[in-house]
Amino acid sequence: MSAPRKALALISGGLDSLLAARVVQEQGIHVEGVNFYTGFCVEGHTHAIRKQDRAKPKRNNALWVAEQLGIKLHIVDIVDEYKDIVLNPKHGYGANMNPCLDCKIFMVHKAQEWIDKHGFDFIITGEVIGQRPMSQRKDTMPVVADESGAGDRLLRPLCARNLPETLPEREGWVDRDRLYDFSGRGRKPQMALAAQFGFEDYAAPAGGCCFLTDENYSHKLADLWQARGERRYELDDIMLLKVGRHLRPRPYFKMIISREEGESRFLEGYRRQFRHLRTISHMGPLALIDGSRFDEADVALAARLLARFSQGRTAPEVEVEYVDETGMARTFNVAPMSPAEIPKDWYL
Amino acid sequence: MSRHQLDARRLLCPMPVIRTQDRIAELVRGDILEVHATDPGALNDIGAWCRINGHRVLEARDDAGEILMVLEVGGD
Ligand code: SF4
Repeated sequence: MSAPRKALALISGGLDSLLAARVVQEQGIHVEGVNFYTGFCVEGHTHAIRKQDRAKPKRNNALWVAEQLGIKLHIVDIVDEYKDIVLNPKHGYGANMNPCLDCKIFMVHKAQEWIDKHGFDFIITGEVIGQRPMSQRKDTMPVVADESGAGDRLLRPLCARNLPETLPEREGWVDRDRLYDFSGRGRKPQMALAAQFGFEDYAAPAGGCCFLTDENYSHKLADLWQARGERRYELDDIMLLKVGRHLRPRPYFKMIISREEGESRFLEGYRRQFRHLRTISHMGPLALIDGSRFDEADVALAARLLARFSQGRTAPEVEVEYVDETGMARTFNVAPMSPAEIPKDWYL
Repeated sequence: MSRHQLDARRLLCPMPVIRTQDRIAELVRGDILEVHATDPGALNDIGAWCRINGHRVLEARDDAGEILMVLEVGGD
């Protein structure tokens, strides 16, 4: 008997990629999974940071999916390479900062490189025509196949019957009749198929798999670029955008203020890299200052603002500690700002 | 068989898993890897990653936020 054909499945952690991989596995294909880490993935972080979430069991959905399927999962760090996709998407952005089409092309391209290197035969994705407004349309599906370089080695088992035949179908590695013809935004066919396979407790279907589809997150990212006068980011920048309240009282600096203990602990890890403030006389948050300039008047302003978010918000004075960029600390008293003094547009 | 250390403290998931995966790729069957992490998700994620890739978790501890996992490299 000849060795089974091998496929690499793009595993996001959602239901569609789980089903797509299972459909192909059912046809006797050896499947392994790949999950790409861009830095913007919703997975884990915020849950790990926020204290109230720490008690709940956490899981990485991509790993969970792989375990359900009984397949190996390769997690690939593409944080650096991915910057060019976010900063210069050839096909533009979706509703927010999400460069979905370029993102898909890039991931399938990386998968193609992987299968070339490891002697696999084809690639599977959980894409469904019409499921997502940008990357999963009838006219963009061929664009992903062509521009990624995967061509007809890219199989979408959930909607293959609505698309031209691919290599695995032509060669008879998989039976086209046992693939699906899902289309549109509805989730019913996927849920029915999940029930048929006995999958339960899968991650919330559809929606964005990354923070770039989130309006508020995208706004904070755009603000970061505008304030710096250039479009670039490091992993720490995009992590910090997921944590705390972000307020920009002046064009040249913003404050990242923790909302609870878990976030304070997380932000503490950045103390050496940032000027920061904390309240001394009252329980309160930690604030990092991200800015190109921070004058004496700004120190006072930031301290009053911080005091507003501490338990001393109604006290006449709150003692605050400020640590400057050289690590020098000093303490002083300020009157907390009243809510009326905080313009709405300071909140990012 | 040799013993190795990996410091994945302060990294957020899935980075501790990725570092573990990349490190294990350089080791041979039977080697031991001690992973130190602080993201509580690492306990679950590294455990799951080991199960699906055929490695053994010999020890998994969370000491007030300091996570230690002792892994034995298996697989092919
Ligand atoms: S939602 Fe994010 S990860 Fe998913 S395709 Fe769009 S840009 Fe890529």
